Amino acid sequence: MPDTEPAEPKTEATAAAPVSGPGRYFVRFTREQRYMHAVLFTTFLGLAATGLPMRFSESFWARKFAAGVGGFGAILFFHKLCAIVLTIAFLIHVKEVFQRGLLRREKGIFWGSTSMVGNWKDVKDLLGHMRWFLGLGPKPQFERYAYWEKFDYWAVFWGMIVIGFSGYAMWFAPFFAHFLPGWALNAVLVIHSDEGLLAILFIFSIHFVNTHLRPDSFPMDMVIFTGVESEDEFKHKRPLEYKRMLAEGKAESRLGIAPPLWLLNFSKVVGSIAIFIGLTLLVLTLTAYFH
Amino acid sequence: MALRAQADCLACHGDATMTDSAGHSTAVDGQKFSSSIHGSLQCTNCHADIKAYPHPDKIAPVDCTTCHADQAAQLKGSVHADTKEHPCTSCHGNAHEIFPKTDARSAVYPLNVPKTCGQCHGNNGMAGKHGLPSVYPNYIDSIHGFALSKEGLLVAANCQSCHGSHGILSHTNPQSPTYKSNIPKTCGTCHAKIEADYEQGVHGKAVAGGNLNAPVCSDCHTAHAILQPTESAFRMQSTPICGNCHKDKFSTYRDTFHSQLGSLGGYVETARCWDCHGAHDVRPASDPASPVNKANLVTTCGRCHAGANLSFVQYQPHANAHDRKLSPGLYYVRLFMNLLLASVLTFFMIHTILWLIRSRYSQVKSKSANGGKNA
Repeated sequence: MPDTEPAEPKTEATAAAPVSGPGRYFVRFTREQRYMHAVLFTTFLGLAATGLPMRFSESFWARKFAAGVGGFGAILFFHKLCAIVLTIAFLIHVKEVFQRGLLRREKGIFWGSTSMVGNWKDVKDLLGHMRWFLGLGPKPQFERYAYWEKFDYWAVFWGMIVIGFSGYAMWFAPFFAHFLPGWALNAVLVIHSDEGLLAILFIFSIHFVNTHLRPDSFPMDMVIFTGVESEDEFKHKRPLEYKRMLAEGKAESRLGIAPPLWLLNFSKVVGSIAIFIGLTLLVLTLTAYFH
Repeated sequence: MALRAQADCLACHGDATMTDSAGHSTAVDGQKFSSSIHGSLQCTNCHADIKAYPHPDKIAPVDCTTCHADQAAQLKGSVHADTKEHPCTSCHGNAHEIFPKTDARSAVYPLNVPKTCGQCHGNNGMAGKHGLPSVYPNYIDSIHGFALSKEGLLVAANCQSCHGSHGILSHTNPQSPTYKSNIPKTCGTCHAKIEADYEQGVHGKAVAGGNLNAPVCSDCHTAHAILQPTESAFRMQSTPICGNCHKDKFSTYRDTFHSQLGSLGGYVETARCWDCHGAHDVRPASDPASPVNKANLVTTCGRCHAGANLSFVQYQPHANAHDRKLSPGLYYVRLFMNLLLASVLTFFMIHTILWLIRSRYSQVKSKSANGGKNA
């Protein structure tokens, strides 16, 4: 989401948190943002699990799965259901960006160090990061959103528009035929299935590794579930944002409470299930693709 | 002692336990025999060489052809010509208990025919021994078999409706009702309108013109395991049958949503070949009577897609995304999508792998204060 730091400080969190020391936790994502991610990955898993059997309908697992859930009719029903929920989530997000960025003219939505919009620093970070991979330079210092996180965001944003539009064009083909040429009805299936495949392959391999499975976050980055991260992790992963926060004197307002054990455990279970389903679908996709 | 009446013979043969010296039963149920079609005959009419008691040492087998010469002649040219393997009684049952074929007690009563033939043409019969397909289980689960066994429909096709009875010929014999080019006529005996439709279509015309590669009824419906065509199993199995000949059309069909959707099962309404092209009178698209003729497309597509209009029917159900000349728009869309997919994944795959290696390297090297978690 193109958002700034949490707009309002969490009063209860501030009160309960220790003022200083190594045990401090800072808020990265608001509750709404975490819910949005939960809706996003739940519906995405649903769409992937019901979309892949259609894309690879000739494979043995697609038919087994279809038979298990009540055939194609059931699969398409769940696919459309997830699509509607995801569409609503997408519209809520767009509405929020519009309200905060254009109506309330909140700073840092469309440009600046807290924005999701790419800038020159991202290009430099990408090149610098690659140099660091090869041992040719220092590791770049990242701001609130690193370039690969912005790419994730825009990939999903573009993906939702493209997959959503092509999906609805198939769902309501006779209606869309009023203003689309005939061959476009053929094209929307190619677009829908290829873009969907790209999203699935990207999320279940690249996003999983970049965000959750890489050594810095292994086995899972809990911040999207708990909303907070430790000061050490914050400082290490996004030093520029950390320094800016201190310089602007906003450290106090961004303090959060250490995640309770139940939330950590709950998040671990949910996250592990999501990653397990994702990796299973990835393997099935690859077997069907290279069969 | 001369034997005259049945009663004379039955005095001995009426004993149900009576056997000959070899142990074969020689008993006759007098009551059943007298109610059978041959009940008015005397024993000696058939057992002609037995004139008196005691009987001669050697007794000739009964020869049915004495009376049934026509049937014998038909049998002679048939696949059942070997009378040792196929005596009359193998189909008609106990020689002393033969009933007319209109009698429910007859082994060749329409409702009993499949069971009678199935004695040999089933899993455990002669079929296995002679390498013939076991057709009885297929038939009995077919729509004809159900009509016969469940509903007791006397008009339902049984074995002899298609194969004949005494003069059964191999399907490779051009005289046989099951010879490929004769099949439409054979099925048309009952399915007259469908036969008439079929004759109007490209397949019917091709077969009539001597092209035996074109399909007849049994190529799509099978011979014995015929299903109700609206049944999901039939709709699932039949598209690839058309694909046996129409390979390119089947391949492009499989790229479409119709096929992806249809091949998963459980949702049989999706368009299969015959839903658009017609089933029996398949005509070329140039024929104004074809449902896929340009003028009829709105109606044809509209049968499933309510609101289909002229633009909607521009959709190509057999588009080929790899054919630049046939579908240029689709070709470039696919090319763009493929390139996008390949480039994004390749770049990030390299990016991620390098990153993984580098992070792990720094992590191990730095052994930072938090146990090496943050490299």
